[in-house]
Amino acid sequence: MKKKRYFSRGAMFVLCLVFSVLFLLPTVLTFTNSFMSESEIRSNYGMIFSSAGGGFVSEKVNLKFIPDKVTLSQYISGLIKSPNYLLKYWNSILLVLPIVILQVAIASVAAYSFTRWRGKIRDGVFFFYVILMLMPYQVTLVPNFLVSQWLGIINTPWSIILPGMFAPFSVFLLTKFMRRIPYSLIEAAKVDGANEWQVFTKICLPECRSALYSIAILVFIDYWNMVEQPLILLKDADSQPLSVFLSNINSGEIGLAFAMASVYMIPSLLLFLHGEEYLVEGIANQGSVKG
Amino acid sequence: MTDRRKEQRNNKWRDLAASLCFLSPSLLGVGVFFIVPFGVVVYYSMIDGVGTRNFVFLDNFTKLLSNSAFLMAAKNTLLFSALAVPLAVVLSLALAVLLEARIPGKSTFRTFFLSPMMVPVASVVLIWQVLFNYNGSVNEWISLFGADKIDWLQSDYNIYVVVLLFLWKNLGYFMILFMAGLANIPKELLEVADVEGASESYKFFAIKLRYLSPTVLFVTILSLINSFKVFREVYLLTGDYPLGRLYMLQHFMNNTFRSFDYQKLSAAAVIMAVVMVVLIALLFKIEDWFGKDVEG
Repeated sequence: MKKKRYFSRGAMFVLCLVFSVLFLLPTVLTFTNSFMSESEIRSNYGMIFSSAGGGFVSEKVNLKFIPDKVTLSQYISGLIKSPNYLLKYWNSILLVLPIVILQVAIASVAAYSFTRWRGKIRDGVFFFYVILMLMPYQVTLVPNFLVSQWLGIINTPWSIILPGMFAPFSVFLLTKFMRRIPYSLIEAAKVDGANEWQVFTKICLPECRSALYSIAILVFIDYWNMVEQPLILLKDADSQPLSVFLSNINSGEIGLAFAMASVYMIPSLLLFLHGEEYLVEGIANQGSVKG
Repeated sequence: MTDRRKEQRNNKWRDLAASLCFLSPSLLGVGVFFIVPFGVVVYYSMIDGVGTRNFVFLDNFTKLLSNSAFLMAAKNTLLFSALAVPLAVVLSLALAVLLEARIPGKSTFRTFFLSPMMVPVASVVLIWQVLFNYNGSVNEWISLFGADKIDWLQSDYNIYVVVLLFLWKNLGYFMILFMAGLANIPKELLEVADVEGASESYKFFAIKLRYLSPTVLFVTILSLINSFKVFREVYLLTGDYPLGRLYMLQHFMNNTFRSFDYQKLSAAAVIMAVVMVVLIALLFKIEDWFGKDVEG
């Protein structure tokens, strides 16, 4: 009996290992291939990306993890020789940081309202937020576009930042966290003569500090890799974030694309490694749709 | 009226005022950026043109429903969701159960499974091209076994390639949701089942799955939404007009955008919203029915 259990646990471990390899493969490939020279890239993948340049092209595609010769040339040509990528990187930061900060700020006030005052109508409004959160981008796209036009902010970063600020995702998640704060804490503060704003800033916010962090990470990762919104709302290539521009790197510069993707991954990677526990908590607490 | 009643009434108004104060920034933004414009979209879907503004009621919808591009896009999107959503739910639950077993390195595996979340779309697409191009690695591998090369991206197979990409990207996230759900099942219940000599499969289907039904619902809805988002990858992988079964609703919307046909676009957005609301309501009903005796 016992032996059989050990066996199945071993099998599970092996299964996990296999899955891990599959899950990690693209990430690792991106990193390691970013250290290859353009000629090595060309000889490995020339069959797939018909590059303009000449040189040796291997007949078979060569999926390689370890570069023959480690070189930083891709990073140098992407980051130092031309200002283009750094500019787009800066665009990404200018779009994503305001969205993360403002979305979480606005959501925390709204979540307090949904936590502190319950009732049929208020719960109905909350449910409406949930439905709104669940609408695919295809539905909100046209409204977004129309408002941006009316406000005259189309082709400016505001056309992405403003709708992003009010996205209901954070409200939903933060409300779930806040409703877990023991009600006695709030009541005690009220008895001591605190007003609502004080209850909110002195009790609610400190209580859900880790929730705020985990929501910020989730929102950051989501917007950092956005493609659809800038594609439609920012026609001007100079103002587009790197997430969109990465895909415009032409097929002659695959190595460069790997290097820039690696650089682009760094902020989310750091957040991920530093805040993985928070991230997991943030996902886990979404739990179910009902409050 | 007694004083006490008056006071209660005052409190009620004060509560309403306070709750509105806290909610108003969000409500204002949601109103301006989502509700009002969506109302306009509904209006646009029922007039014949932004210039003439004649009310035509359902004409735009009937026109859209006989538009072959829209129908193909809707069919492909549905097909994709029908393939991807059940697979995502089942596989992520399986992964969660796998990690629930006491195996060494559990949290490391969790990190690995979550890692696809942060990879930029562009580099995912590059890797997928290296793997699934006609001259790519996968064809190299299968030719080792003597099989013929398959044109993965330019044939009807491309939908499977994208399903694979969708699963790779989302399974980790859903797995976390299921792990949280599994952790919430009352331990005593499982212990009782053990004492009564219940089999593993009975414990899973009769106990765990029922308690997980809210999570199953949530993961189903999330993966449904994310399956609409897969356009990102498809667009970068195959461009504006992909071959095979990959012409999705978002392609249709994007291409209609370029021709500024607001009536067509609005009608499509309204149809999608209605379909989503109906689907979500349906899922709620199923969940209510399935998990009714474990609720609360």
